[in-house]
Amino acid sequence: MPKSDTQTRRGLERHGLTDDQLKAIFRNMLLQRQLDNRGFQLNRQGKVPFALGSEGHEALQAGAAMAFERGKDILAPYYRDLGLAIGIGLSAYEIMLSIFARADDHNGGRQFPNHYSSKKAGLMSFSSILAAHIPHAVGAAYAMKLRNERGRAVLVTCGDGTTSEGEWHESMNFAAIHKLPIVMLVENNQWAISTPLDQQMGQPNIYKRAEGYGMPGEQFDGFDPIATYEVVKRAMDRARTGGGPSLIEGVCYRFLAHSTDDNDMTYRTKDEVSEHRKMDPVPKFERVLLDAGVVTAEDIEAMRKDVLRETNEATDKAESMPYPEASDLYKHLYEGAWQPWL
Amino acid sequence: MAKTKPAKAFERFGLSDEQLVAMWRVMVLHRRLETRGFELNRQGKIPFASAGEGHEAVQAGAAMAFERGKDLLVPYYRDLGLDIGIGLSAYEVLCSLFGRAADHSGGRQFPHHYASKRLGLYSISSIIAAQTSHAVGAAYAMKVKGESGRAVLTTFGDGATSEGEWHEAINFASIHRLPVVFLCENNEWAISTPLSNQMAQPDVYKRAAGYGIPGECVDGFDPIAVYGAVKAAMDRARTGGGPTLVEAKCYRFLSHTTDDDDRTYRSRDEVAERRKDDPVPKFERFLLEHGILDEAGAEALKASVLAETNDATDRAESMPYPQPADLYSNVYAGSHEPWR
Amino acid sequence: MAVAETQKSQVLNNVEAVRETLYEAMKTDERTVILGEDVGNRGNVFLITKDFVKEFGPQRVIDTPIAEASIIGIAVGMAMEGLRPIAEIQFADFIYPAFNQIVGEAAKTRYRSNGEYTCPLVIRTPYGGGVRGALSHSVSIEALFYHVPGLKIVAPAFPADVKGLLNAAIDDPDPVLFLEHKKTYRLIKGEVPDGHYTIPIGKADVKKAGNQLTVVSYGLYVHWALEAANALEAEGMSVEVIDLRSIRPMDKQAILESVRKTRKLLIIHEDNKFGGIGAEISAMVAEEALFDLDAPIRRHAAPDVPAMGYALPLEEEYMSSPNEMAEVMREMVKF
Repeated sequence: MPKSDTQTRRGLERHGLTDDQLKAIFRNMLLQRQLDNRGFQLNRQGKVPFALGSEGHEALQAGAAMAFERGKDILAPYYRDLGLAIGIGLSAYEIMLSIFARADDHNGGRQFPNHYSSKKAGLMSFSSILAAHIPHAVGAAYAMKLRNERGRAVLVTCGDGTTSEGEWHESMNFAAIHKLPIVMLVENNQWAISTPLDQQMGQPNIYKRAEGYGMPGEQFDGFDPIATYEVVKRAMDRARTGGGPSLIEGVCYRFLAHSTDDNDMTYRTKDEVSEHRKMDPVPKFERVLLDAGVVTAEDIEAMRKDVLRETNEATDKAESMPYPEASDLYKHLYEGAWQPWL
Repeated sequence: MAKTKPAKAFERFGLSDEQLVAMWRVMVLHRRLETRGFELNRQGKIPFASAGEGHEAVQAGAAMAFERGKDLLVPYYRDLGLDIGIGLSAYEVLCSLFGRAADHSGGRQFPHHYASKRLGLYSISSIIAAQTSHAVGAAYAMKVKGESGRAVLTTFGDGATSEGEWHEAINFASIHRLPVVFLCENNEWAISTPLSNQMAQPDVYKRAAGYGIPGECVDGFDPIAVYGAVKAAMDRARTGGGPTLVEAKCYRFLSHTTDDDDRTYRSRDEVAERRKDDPVPKFERFLLEHGILDEAGAEALKASVLAETNDATDRAESMPYPQPADLYSNVYAGSHEPWR
Repeated sequence: MAVAETQKSQVLNNVEAVRETLYEAMKTDERTVILGEDVGNRGNVFLITKDFVKEFGPQRVIDTPIAEASIIGIAVGMAMEGLRPIAEIQFADFIYPAFNQIVGEAAKTRYRSNGEYTCPLVIRTPYGGGVRGALSHSVSIEALFYHVPGLKIVAPAFPADVKGLLNAAIDDPDPVLFLEHKKTYRLIKGEVPDGHYTIPIGKADVKKAGNQLTVVSYGLYVHWALEAANALEAEGMSVEVIDLRSIRPMDKQAILESVRKTRKLLIIHEDNKFGGIGAEISAMVAEEALFDLDAPIRRHAAPDVPAMGYALPLEEEYMSSPNEMAEVMREMVKF
């Protein structure tokens, strides 16, 4: 008789996640890191003008993505959400198109890298403006409620810095008033470019603001993808079944500089970063899966190779694709043809 | 007569009899001036008036905790009682209602948008919550200049707490532990929007924990309780203890303004029910019962308030409007050549 | 404004000019505070205020939360209470949440209190494209604000003007929006006089004299217009290039004097044409000097799209170039 996938081995609390799901989470984390590195490499090679990394967010994003129901839920992410984007179905090739700003990119090479949008994947378009997407997510959740679409919810994410924006507050308040099907997931990586958490807020636990809005609030270890999945899943299920919004906070860390245009050594120490590196969620989760017997060392090796192959193929294919045409600058301003003021 | 029986002791937070009577006078004058505004509007003499009936106790109590010549007040437009409580005269109020040249804004602003450097009263606009960050900036200035013993009192209604700027202001104040007190005058109505459509849980003060600052809730129909809470918060602010969020629960008895008709969105029963707790007669009874005031004293006080209001009305009405040329002054410092 | 020959000077780029001026203001007036996102620990994303926090302390160099409306609102409150705040919006594209605080509050403080309260406040922000900044790190915002009485807007292009006008903005008793073109930050170098000096806000500067065509521009495009005008000089054409430097108040006299001499007017800006700065200048010249003109006024401005895209062809299509400018100038001189 085949052994049940969900059976707990060596005490791993897996909150109903199957072996395949656990492996998928880990593969996502590997791919995320590989793609992030590739962006930085291409930037150093002078092939792309800009790249942005989310190292340190892998567990949080891979775990949260597993709680997202494809074809039903909506994701309203921010620009440091590569892992969520691939976790809900974006391909490595789509990521590379964005990094190379090619014509086939979802937004036609108009936006910065990592600013995806895909109706098919349920991924809302967003700008670089912090917190500007949160009211959009609330609006989407309102639409779901108005149309009485049970079983759907919106997952909206942001960093710790974004919680200082007025729009963040306005959005939380509105979602609470109308008990909307939405989960506000804060990826608290402790740094807003150069501003540390204690210069961003008077007390460091963002989830504690939930009570003031009249919604549940919860904090979890953002370096643990299973803990993340558990909390996000519970909040999404509550939202999907009429239980209203939640404010949940995953505590993680930003290992890299803000972007390729930033040098974090101007405002934080190497020691601080290396101290957090000891808890790096990618090798940590690898050990967890190995210890629990979910994967073997050979599996891991094969996965790594596969992720590298996928990244290389995506890089080559995207790089060979054409840029948008100059005339594309004038498209999609309004519906139909229009005459620009010349 | 109240004086004949010994009054029960009550918690007075150190307020003297004179201070208690002064608070009540602010409440009576507050109501009288607002009634006058509505009367003048109905007589067609002024185009607009707004009122804070139901806020008298909050404002008289809070004003008593304000130290004249030291503190700053950054109010909102429903704060007539606070404004007169820190020293604005009935005449200044009437100049504002009549939009006269002698008004602090030179007749530019809506009524009750005062600005007086002398009193430490900040200039405000009508934009909800826009003043909260100004208050925080002022408190930052006090801190950076090392001025201990001063604090900023800023006020707003329940509706303002939904604004993003309110959140940004209180978050910044809590990071820097600034000498500022946020006083929410929760009157349950934002024009026509009831509290339940403004926020999911009705207690504004509970948001304080999310910012890591103290939050206090107080009966806004009780001026002594308001004084106690605001005084404690202002003292904490003045001595380096950082900001506090104080919520005073009150009620808006009248329509939002003379341009609003609250019968379109709330029942007469609701308003009548709340009128039973009207803080002005309630505090009068309280002072009589405790022998702090006698009937004759109360009547004399009311008469003096009426005389002051009548005198201010006549005087302000007789004052000139601003000149058309005043439209062009104070756009920038110095003379300004408008683009034509 | 010409720099006195005898005065000592040094060669600075625009970043250094801003930095030096801010440093001097912080050093000489302890009422000065700088507040904005990443201005302290990191010293601004372009390193303009690098190490300021070490010298002046975190109380005067404030790393704010990410909350633009309150960055300006708090600065308004500080200004009303006697400080001299210099607020920074990290990129001009992030300024929109602060629209009310700038337009509705800062610009009206003096007016609404009938002069009792004032709002001496500088808002610095890097703007403009040509740097692969995509939709949200490349926009021009001046046209959205120049409609507003009570506000002053400055957009210098040369390091010496940056210093003189930033000093003037800091000394000014009213709110000033100080626009810094980010592509010029390290690209443009020039002599900057030592010591404190100001250049009056509202005065344009003739950067190149000529008599066949007046070109009015500001920001990065002044440099490109000069490049084009110099190229045309080799072809025997004489083009006058005026750098507005200040957008509000605007130097009407300088424009009219030049137009009455050259009898032709070309306005060049990076912001899009519809409702842009060029629209006001065209209307003003048409009202005041129509019969002095020998050719229709022309505006060479960006296409009518929300912003330049990230991909190179989209940015190039949006941005003009010295060659394109030269072509328009040639047509106008020959008209």
